[in-house]
Amino acid sequence: MEVGFLLGSLLKIALLLGYLYGLLRVMGHPKLWVKALGVLAAFAVIQVALTDFNGFKLLNAFDQGLLFQAATMTMVALGLNLIYGFNGQFSLGQWGFYGIGAYCAADITYRWVNGDARGFLVVGIGIILGGLAIWGIGAFLKRYRGIPVLSSFTFYILGVVAAGFLAVKLGALLNPLFAPLLGTPANPGPLASGLALQVVFFFAVIFAGAFTAEISFLFGLPVLSLGSDYFGIATLGFAIVINTLMVNSDTILPFPEMKGGRGMIGIPKLTTWFWAFFFLLVVIILMRNLIHSSTGRAIMSVREDETASRAMGINVAENKLLTFVVGCFFAGIGGAVYAHYIGFLSPGTFDFLVGFNPLIIVVFGGLGSMTGTIAASFGWVFFLEGLLRVLLSQMGTEAPTWRYVLYPITLLLLILIRPQGLLGNVEWGFLKSVKVASRQKEAGTPPTGDAPQSIQEGA
Amino acid sequence: MQFPLSSSKPGIPGAVKKRAPLAWVGQSFLIILAIIVVAILGTNLVKDPSLFAQYFISGLQLGFVYAMIALGYTMVYGIVKLINFAHGDVFMVGAFVSYYCVARFQLHMWPLNVFPSMSVGLATILGSVSVILISMIVCVVLAVTIEKVAYKPLRDAPRIAALITAIGVSFFLEYFGALSFVYTPRFIPYERPFPVTAWYIQDGIHKVVAGVTPPAGAITFSNIFLIIVVASIIVQIVLQYLVRRTKMGIAMRATSFDKAAARLMGINVDSVISFTFAIGAAFAGLGGVLYAIAYSSIWAQLGILPGLKAFIAAVLGGIGSIPGALVGALIMGQAEAMTMGFISTPMRDAVAFTILILVLLVRPTGIFGEPEQEKA
Repeated sequence: MEVGFLLGSLLKIALLLGYLYGLLRVMGHPKLWVKALGVLAAFAVIQVALTDFNGFKLLNAFDQGLLFQAATMTMVALGLNLIYGFNGQFSLGQWGFYGIGAYCAADITYRWVNGDARGFLVVGIGIILGGLAIWGIGAFLKRYRGIPVLSSFTFYILGVVAAGFLAVKLGALLNPLFAPLLGTPANPGPLASGLALQVVFFFAVIFAGAFTAEISFLFGLPVLSLGSDYFGIATLGFAIVINTLMVNSDTILPFPEMKGGRGMIGIPKLTTWFWAFFFLLVVIILMRNLIHSSTGRAIMSVREDETASRAMGINVAENKLLTFVVGCFFAGIGGAVYAHYIGFLSPGTFDFLVGFNPLIIVVFGGLGSMTGTIAASFGWVFFLEGLLRVLLSQMGTEAPTWRYVLYPITLLLLILIRPQGLLGNVEWGFLKSVKVASRQKEAGTPPTGDAPQSIQEGA
Repeated sequence: MQFPLSSSKPGIPGAVKKRAPLAWVGQSFLIILAIIVVAILGTNLVKDPSLFAQYFISGLQLGFVYAMIALGYTMVYGIVKLINFAHGDVFMVGAFVSYYCVARFQLHMWPLNVFPSMSVGLATILGSVSVILISMIVCVVLAVTIEKVAYKPLRDAPRIAALITAIGVSFFLEYFGALSFVYTPRFIPYERPFPVTAWYIQDGIHKVVAGVTPPAGAITFSNIFLIIVVASIIVQIVLQYLVRRTKMGIAMRATSFDKAAARLMGINVDSVISFTFAIGAAFAGLGGVLYAIAYSSIWAQLGILPGLKAFIAAVLGGIGSIPGALVGALIMGQAEAMTMGFISTPMRDAVAFTILILVLLVRPTGIFGEPEQEKA
């Protein structure tokens, strides 16, 4: 049985990696209808594999769990790869932002199904007002050159706090309009069931991502100017503080439904394969398009040499902040999807020690390689968390903890022996760099892009 | 001040130093923050001076422990520009070794077993000192091994690669320590090599008797507190002597100033770096034993947060500066104790990291730090 299980699992992992390769290939196809059909087929394949045919499922419940976990892990790790791999900012706080996204989205839908629209309203209005405040203050501060970071941070934090206060007031004001339509968990109203709930879930995920992005903006603004290794320590501190706040969410923070260290239960399990696949595609496409744009080239040039890119007219601080915010946005979305898959959030999941997993994945997959991160996330979850855990648990109750001893050793060996990651700079299909050269040949003009050619070669 | 390149040059109008616009906003933010802190501390001091003094003493105790760890961070960072993440775990290993010595092997009893006629007091002192020495030696061996295996191959790699390696080593030590054949992932009560005696101050110094609560308003302190303070100060003096007066200290300072030039002057840079790691680890081991004796509960992840806070203390005092480490650690200890006492216990980590961010924003070189040297 064990050999059969082992072979079956290895086959599954191989098939999954082949699946990812095929998906990325078909997404990179030049014809739009091939793309659309391919993505649809890719969605359908897994959907069929997850469907129950008279008690037979190609992917059982355990595999299904791993699949969702891999999808969320991919989003978080892609975000981290954007921050660390592409922009060179060593962040250890990705897991904290993941947790913020998870708790934020969970709170929205939990309140929604329990007849309280305030979560949705406050976060929705809050991110809009907060975004407006950040935009307005940014436009105002553009007029001055060389403002100390602390001053601009003071402006931003005042603006965001005011926006948040206003959002809470407005949310409480508007809540009576929605609350009667929501019903109770036993008897859900028209807005808390069916399609309406799915729409709310979609917005909850987007809101959670945007909320995380705004938090990361406020945190990143002062911290990104610290320099690489101090930035790492500060973000690690952020993850620790967020975890502390989660443990005390019912005492220090005013959220009794999060139940502090006991864990938040009763989150509606709304994540289906459709949503996981959808958000995974969104994250991959956003990331790919960002990286292969002029902004992406600027981001990579900041990693290679800050002074040189400043000389090229790139606003280094702005690029760092943008990357950090987008990366944390991905983490927030991943967290939101995760929360609605698992249905239970406990602060132990967001412990900062677990938070090194995305870092290990990114280093394994290769810094600055999207394919590597995606493949490594799936491989990590299915091989190490799935297969190895099952195999080790047959050897003894103590054996699964050995994984945590093996991870750092493999990390050390990888850094010492193959620092560019397992896959190096290989990109698959869709994620390959856009062929700028051929377009230039067609146009017949010398390159006049805003990023110099040498940066593309260095990337 | 920190950027000597930007000093104004006469004759060039653009280079005249201009005050940054809107700087007053950030400054007033800091001033308001400071006023809030002073107000909280002041009201509590007036309300209950003895409670305040009690927190102050516990803050001193924490601060002197952090000082012992911070020395290792500050020296290593000063020489190889690496945040030695594993340093906190070396501290943890120090506590563990002493636990094994005392609880499993009864090593602190050896003077009485060998010389039964020895007086109990002398035997306790001898036994405890030997336990501490064993812990320090194990820590030194561990740290030098880590340096040789994990950091040395990466000396010319990007700084972040070494930092990831340091995190990996730190992880390995934590999770390896949590395996049940080594230890358990749980907290475990620590057996002290010598009994704790406490005194309280109220109309003179009285001994605290077991079962009798000291009167209200009394300030208590223990022999551990005194030992930690004395040990930490001795460590500072020893280190100052080492760095200022010995050949190895001169070599260390030269290496931290310019590695390549030091190598040209005939200094064995590798052995200097190893020596730095060894010294830092020895002090961390001492700190670990004293910390475990003072708080009498240890677990495999004991070292993470004290390690990080000691690092923050080193940054606060000015990284690379030895007196700075002590001053920064004392401030950190006070900040933590006062936060625990007057704001909220779980927020003590938040305060520590806020201090880090503020220090790096306002004065990146720390209190005692010197401006970055211009190096070729």
